[in-house]
Amino acid sequence: MKVSILNILIMAKIQLNGSKLELKNKHTLLMLLKKYKIDNKKIAIELNGKIINRNKFKTVYLKNKDKIEIVHFIGGG
Amino acid sequence: MKKDIFKIDNQIFKSRLIVGTGKYKSFKETAQAIKASGADMVTVAVRRVNILDKKKPLLTDFLNPKKIKYLPNTAGCFNSDEALRTLRLAREMGGWKMVKLEVLGDKKTLYPDMIETLKATKVLVREGFKVLVYCSDDPLLAKELEYLGASAIMPLASPIGSGLGIQNKINLSLIIKNSKVPTIVDAGIGTSSDATIAMEMGCDAVLVNSAIANAKNSILMAESFKNAVLSGRQAFLAGRMQKLFYAEASSSSKGLI
Repeated sequence: MKVSILNILIMAKIQLNGSKLELKNKHTLLMLLKKYKIDNKKIAIELNGKIINRNKFKTVYLKNKDKIEIVHFIGGG
Repeated sequence: MKKDIFKIDNQIFKSRLIVGTGKYKSFKETAQAIKASGADMVTVAVRRVNILDKKKPLLTDFLNPKKIKYLPNTAGCFNSDEALRTLRLAREMGGWKMVKLEVLGDKKTLYPDMIETLKATKVLVREGFKVLVYCSDDPLLAKELEYLGASAIMPLASPIGSGLGIQNKINLSLIIKNSKVPTIVDAGIGTSSDATIAMEMGCDAVLVNSAIANAKNSILMAESFKNAVLSGRQAFLAGRMQKLFYAEASSSSKGLI
């Protein structure tokens, strides 16, 4: 398990909504949302193609090469 | 007379007008137009959050999803997988099970790709979604969607955003006649009278976006659509007179001087 903890501590290069991003500290999904001032009740998150349940935002840590999509509702027909 | 109730999958709706929330100049205008339309269900699209613009207003700030039913759509999806991904995310966002499926096949006409649409419908129904399906006005394919478990069939009147009105009344009539689930005319409605015609033909509801959003006065047009849908429905229920080839005087000739 030590390896995975070390991985968390390493700076992560991630892709958020198509933009490349570097995270200096370890981040959970909830921390990432807070950083961008996004209300966690109004969005859904897909991490590496998998939908993450809202209850897990607090516990899922981001790692190198993660691809995150944060979506919300906009006007549409 | 029996009370006229509009239901989709056992959910009762007060209005037979469903309104799209795209193309308005502002969210404020969107909210005002929807209020004027009397609609209790609106379509919404799923898109990436703009992470760079933190102050950007949100649709949910203007249209409370607790007060008006959101119908998430798959606008912009060109295959079954994209549509499924979008609707699964929409469901995650707020537990929405009722969704509008549209899988487009061609960028110029935005005509539905029915092969991919049938494929996606099957999966969504299996996953417990209540699917309202945007489709071509082919009566056989509409029936096939019903067999697959679609909660409502949404044939186009004409291409999305074209405002050309109902182009194939015969096909639409066949779909209405054969369908055991609600038929909702979606796409191509240009002005209120188009909605009235659809309702007079026996459609259960209409979905309108561009005709309201692109009107010079969208709020007034929204109100006009509210009346048009009501009027068309009443005419359908009342049953129109028979068409005659020759004239038939309205005043009696009895006692004529």
